[in-house]
Amino acid sequence: MNFLSDILQLISWALILLGSIMVIIGALGSLRLPDFWSRLHAASVTDSGGVILILLGMGIHSGFNLITFKLFLIGVFLFITGPTSSHAVANAALVSGVKMPSKKKKKTGAKK
Amino acid sequence: MMLAIPNFIFLVALILLFIAMVLVLIRLYKGPTLYDRVLSTNSFGTNTVLFIGVLGFLSDRPDFLDIALLYALINFVATIAILKFFRYRAIGDILIKRELKK
Repeated sequence: MNFLSDILQLISWALILLGSIMVIIGALGSLRLPDFWSRLHAASVTDSGGVILILLGMGIHSGFNLITFKLFLIGVFLFITGPTSSHAVANAALVSGVKMPSKKKKKTGAKK
Repeated sequence: MMLAIPNFIFLVALILLFIAMVLVLIRLYKGPTLYDRVLSTNSFGTNTVLFIGVLGFLSDRPDFLDIALLYALINFVATIAILKFFRYRAIGDILIKRELKK
């Protein structure tokens, strides 16, 4: 019984560390990538990977009680609204004409 | 000895989340277009939700999760409202302006 709870604690620590590493990868990509569309791609790592891993780790850590239900609620809400707001930002940028990274520039650059 | 490790793990996660929030704020400051800023605002809100949750677990008061849920709700509404405002230059009365144009 004690052994099982120790293993659950280890799993929750690993999930929390992996989730925070995902979050910092998303932030670093959102800072360093050169283009708006690639930054959009990097910011969704935080929305999907980091949130799910950290909330799952905290839920395993806290056992099964009201806190787990609140974590489940936050996870479901973020999992619905994260892609929705990301899609809204991408659609607004596409309509207003943020320029795409075009392949023609690369081809002409390679020829020159 | 075994009791000190969870606090250490939560502290490490808190520091990593704080560094991620600072990086997103730098992109928010120097983003060239508007949509970079909206995107980093959204990402900053998600990081804030996780930060408040981990802070509550670190200080053994997980009641902070209510505040985290509230932040998630406000963040989504704020992103959609900012995008709608910069699309139509108005939040409330879009239909009236269209009718006036016709």
